[in-house]
Amino acid sequence: MSDKKPEEKEGPVQVLQTPVRLEYVFSAGQSASRLLGAMAKGKLLGQRCPVDGRVYFPSRGSCPQHGVPLDGAPVELADKGTVATYSIVRIPIEKVPLELPYVTVQVVLDGADTVLMHLLKCDVDKVHMGMRVQAKWKPREEWTSSVENILYFEPIDEPDAPYDSFKEHI
Amino acid sequence: MAELTAVIGIGQTKHAAKRIDVSMAGLIREAAERALADAECTWADIDAVVIGKAPDMFEGVMMPELFLNDAVGGAYKPMLRVHTAGSVGGSTGIVAASLVQAGIHDRVLCVAFEKQSESNATWALSISMPFSVATVVGAGGYFAPLIRGYIRRSGCPEEIGIQVAVKDRLNALKNPYAHLQLADITPQMVRDSPMLWDPIRYLETCPSSDGACAMVMAKESIAKRASKPVAWIHATEMRSEPTMFSGRDQVMPRATLDNAKSLYEKAGITNPRKEIDCAEIYVPFSWYEPMWMEGMLISDTNQGWKMTESGATALDGDFPVNMSGGVLSSNPIGASGLLRFAEAALQVRGMAGEHQVDGAKKALGHAYGGGSQYFSTWIVGSEKP
Ligand SMILES: [Zn+2]
Repeated sequence: MSDKKPEEKEGPVQVLQTPVRLEYVFSAGQSASRLLGAMAKGKLLGQRCPVDGRVYFPSRGSCPQHGVPLDGAPVELADKGTVATYSIVRIPIEKVPLELPYVTVQVVLDGADTVLMHLLKCDVDKVHMGMRVQAKWKPREEWTSSVENILYFEPIDEPDAPYDSFKEHI
Repeated sequence: MAELTAVIGIGQTKHAAKRIDVSMAGLIREAAERALADAECTWADIDAVVIGKAPDMFEGVMMPELFLNDAVGGAYKPMLRVHTAGSVGGSTGIVAASLVQAGIHDRVLCVAFEKQSESNATWALSISMPFSVATVVGAGGYFAPLIRGYIRRSGCPEEIGIQVAVKDRLNALKNPYAHLQLADITPQMVRDSPMLWDPIRYLETCPSSDGACAMVMAKESIAKRASKPVAWIHATEMRSEPTMFSGRDQVMPRATLDNAKSLYEKAGITNPRKEIDCAEIYVPFSWYEPMWMEGMLISDTNQGWKMTESGATALDGDFPVNMSGGVLSSNPIGASGLLRFAEAALQVRGMAGEHQVDGAKKALGHAYGGGSQYFSTWIVGSEKP
């Protein structure tokens, strides 16, 4: 609540500002706990669906399609992947460490069967579907149990992935 | 067999960026009283009230239905709140219809609203989660990559997004309730407007509006006594699916296709393009017109944009879409779905004014929400099903 005194003013009071602030506690559960714990060591752990064998990253502990727990051995993924689709953003948001315009991407990590939404640092005219990218990590001494250990993705010098290899993700 | 049900009254506010002349309660009353007057009934005639709005965080008011109980005439009557993200207006109409169709109530009022000026929906949609990185700004940030996916798959030219943006704003000029009134809009103006979330330009995006919509639904014995034409509900349908799973088609989700098939089956429609006279579809970004023409099985896959290109979806086309100006011209989010349903009903009642499609007998109302994961639709007709 604001402790500012209302200004005295002629005429009707039409609008008042009443700020609201909220912090909440996230109960990680086994799955996010494992994911975030591995992030602190610079590892990306996915989980395999026992029904169709697809690998989820990030995993929320269950398969949304089959309604079963993803409780098998975790699958370690590369920090490289392919851009399935993307957008170039030209309006600002707090917390994004890149200057405008920046690129948001849906990346299919090598070994995963889901897309990861992230940022891509590159010349915005160069971004395209099938582009190969790799994670840019924070300096090791700044790693915490957070997905924010990866700052953004960057293009790498590899030939584009063929459209058929990622088209189901767009 | 369900009770035959009709829309007997419709009301909406003038939609605007800021309605600081009214409170949230006042906004709702404006729409509700117009609906009651149209239905030729009073608050006392209403048996139950259904209210819908988008997430509470959009205005920062927790459970507004509590303090709005009196404003919506809910005191000492059954009152329900509905929430299904952006499709909530549609779902609110469907819940109200179901209460009559099930024979539980004779006359039900539904009201949906949003007073976006009171807070910041884009902020509310940009909250970061502990297991993902904050990358997305608002709904545009979420849908832009999917639109790009549609363009890649279908070969839809850039002009289509621009064409829809112009068409819907020209339709809005015929609708006195519409928020945006851009009399001088041209394709060049849309093309020159700032690119916000490439490929979505500023003028290819919906506005942020304050507004409300209300409808009164009644069972057959009441509806047939109405002095004005009514809109008979032929079918309603809803579907949902998870936001994310491996192999999910985010562009053309299974939920929309299942929803469309089931809706037409219930309504006895075998060829929607021929049998439906006009459609009011939830199009918050212009590209979603061709996308949902396909998602509603009105067009073949990857061909929806050809309906726009050929002028079929224009007000004088063979399948007019968004006669009211659509979400692109007015977007009080919680009410937006109900406004689509209301426009479909106005059309078959012959009461759509300047944006009336001549002789409209059967119309489709449509809403979607979340990450393209909630779908609410109905078919209404001038004649009983
Ligand atoms: Zn599964």
